[in-house]
Amino acid sequence: MVTLSEAKHVDERAWVRAEKRQGGTKLSFGGDWVVPEASHLDVDLRQIDLGGARNVEMDGSKIDLIDSSGAWLLLRTRREIEAAGGKIAAFTMPPTFEPLFETLDRVHNAPPVVIHHHHSFRHFLERTGKGSVHFLNQSVEMMNYLGRVTIETGEAIIKPRGNLRVAALFHQIEETGITALPIVGLLAFLLGVVLAYQGADQLKRFGAEIFTVNLVGVAVLREIGGLITAIIVAGRSGSAFTAQIGTMNVNEEIDAMQTIGLNTVDVLVLPRILGLLITLPLLTFYADMMGLAGGGVMSYFSLGLTIPVYMRQLQSAVSLSTLMVGLIKAPVFAFVIGLVGCFEGLKVERNAASVGKLTTRSVVESIFLVIVFDAAFSILFSILGI
Amino acid sequence: MSAHKQPSDDDLIISLRGVTNAFGDNIIHDHVDLDVRRGEVMGIVGGSGAGKSVLLHTIIGLNKPVSGSIKVFGEEIAGLSGIELRAVDMRWGVLFQEGALFSSQSVAENIQVPMREYTKMSQELMNELASMKLSMVGLPEDAAPKFPSELSGGMKKRAGLARSLSLDPELLFLDEPTAGLDPISASQFDMLVRDLQKSLNLTVCMVTHDLDTLRATTDRIAVLVNKKIKVGTIETLRKDPDPWIQEYFNGPRGHAALS
Repeated sequence: MVTLSEAKHVDERAWVRAEKRQGGTKLSFGGDWVVPEASHLDVDLRQIDLGGARNVEMDGSKIDLIDSSGAWLLLRTRREIEAAGGKIAAFTMPPTFEPLFETLDRVHNAPPVVIHHHHSFRHFLERTGKGSVHFLNQSVEMMNYLGRVTIETGEAIIKPRGNLRVAALFHQIEETGITALPIVGLLAFLLGVVLAYQGADQLKRFGAEIFTVNLVGVAVLREIGGLITAIIVAGRSGSAFTAQIGTMNVNEEIDAMQTIGLNTVDVLVLPRILGLLITLPLLTFYADMMGLAGGGVMSYFSLGLTIPVYMRQLQSAVSLSTLMVGLIKAPVFAFVIGLVGCFEGLKVERNAASVGKLTTRSVVESIFLVIVFDAAFSILFSILGI
Repeated sequence: MSAHKQPSDDDLIISLRGVTNAFGDNIIHDHVDLDVRRGEVMGIVGGSGAGKSVLLHTIIGLNKPVSGSIKVFGEEIAGLSGIELRAVDMRWGVLFQEGALFSSQSVAENIQVPMREYTKMSQELMNELASMKLSMVGLPEDAAPKFPSELSGGMKKRAGLARSLSLDPELLFLDEPTAGLDPISASQFDMLVRDLQKSLNLTVCMVTHDLDTLRATTDRIAVLVNKKIKVGTIETLRKDPDPWIQEYFNGPRGHAALS
């Protein structure tokens, strides 16, 4: 590790000497008065006891090298002596260093800066208050935005105004749907495997291992398929929406759109939400199939169920309504993910940190809302007896 | 001051020899040479896409050239290990185009980052020095607790300059220091650079488009044209037959700024 003194090639350590003289004190300075030496000079200078001397001579003629930190230390010493009622009888230094010293003396009269500690109790209270107000404002804003987007999405679906960005829509379908196929498929398949394995393990004890198929079928179709797809899409596409729109916001692209007269909801939000509304149900169906396939493979290996047996049992366990119960939730999840992703993106402030912060928040919020809605659906379905 | 007494057989702070930069097949610099002497202000100019920033990034080690030698303080930058490069880092300061302040820290904390990293100064001394740096770059004391997002473009550049001066470097790199500033702020910034250069005896290497800045601050100018570098003073360059250089220094804007 190279120290600053080595890097800056400090030849001679800086020194301070004080001698008592008749009628006053003489302070002599010498060596390299540069940044690496500043910390010990600071201590040395603070330790000088002038003993209330009225007359102080400051002699810097032995200083070989000085930079602004060294100059500041000398200047500070002089100012402190003067402030304490002392008199500087003489102040000498090599002529080449005088301009720096004079410039500093002229331009710098401000007190030291104050570093605020952002983690004190007071700041904690302050942040809590700010956070609460922010949360309320955010909720109101979100409601406004929800209203606006719902109306515009509804209009776009019911009576297309011909201003739907078809190219953008297909781009979004590709981005959010087709490119998600490998990850959604793999995870759904693995969840099917896990369910079948755990189910078989437990149900074997009752000799009811055949019901593993029922477990896999119902769980995957009703819950797991839709949920895992929504969570992956929230992480993949919700975050992408926020980051894309947020970066556009940072670059003033959103402002540019508005001055050209483009409606940001039409151009940015609708293609994304409509794209998700189309792809998420399809992805969910695909995840359902992959989950069932995973269950089938595991049943074959752990229970020895052949594919025809598995299929027959599956047919008796689930019906079309089981599948539909899972699929009907997908558009709602899609709307939530798209809405949150775009909403947070439009709220990005014009700095780089904001994009990251809101992207994280967008993912957390959309996964949270997806699970809340899933729970709400469960309650609803149980009341309706589906 | 920071001009230190190292036995300097050569007073060349920066010395480029046969440096070639290329992105893919696109050659940006073709075997260019450049010398910057101790205590001078060197301006780097060139058309958009001529590779001014690339050259600056190459000198400070952020971009690795395809071939050639780059010596700063007599050390071959490309051959330095991470630790050795840090030793050089402590001796130069870089002002990036937008200031590149750390957005999660206040201006005062930004200025103290290099001090905290490389020195053992007490917090009190660092606070005093941070305040002094703010005065030196002409920022008011109430700028210290502000965060970068609360500053105007010009203030960000000044704060960035204060941070780059944090350890009293010998060599200062400025990337478009006056771009985006109003003419008054820009000429104040020019004077500031000149003042600091004189009082701290800095060597300055700046990329700029601003003809007024060139005239007000630089001793010599390196012009990037046709993948090569031509160095001279404003006077000698104005007599250069190259059409781009003619257009640059003797075009309408050049006339207005330099006459």
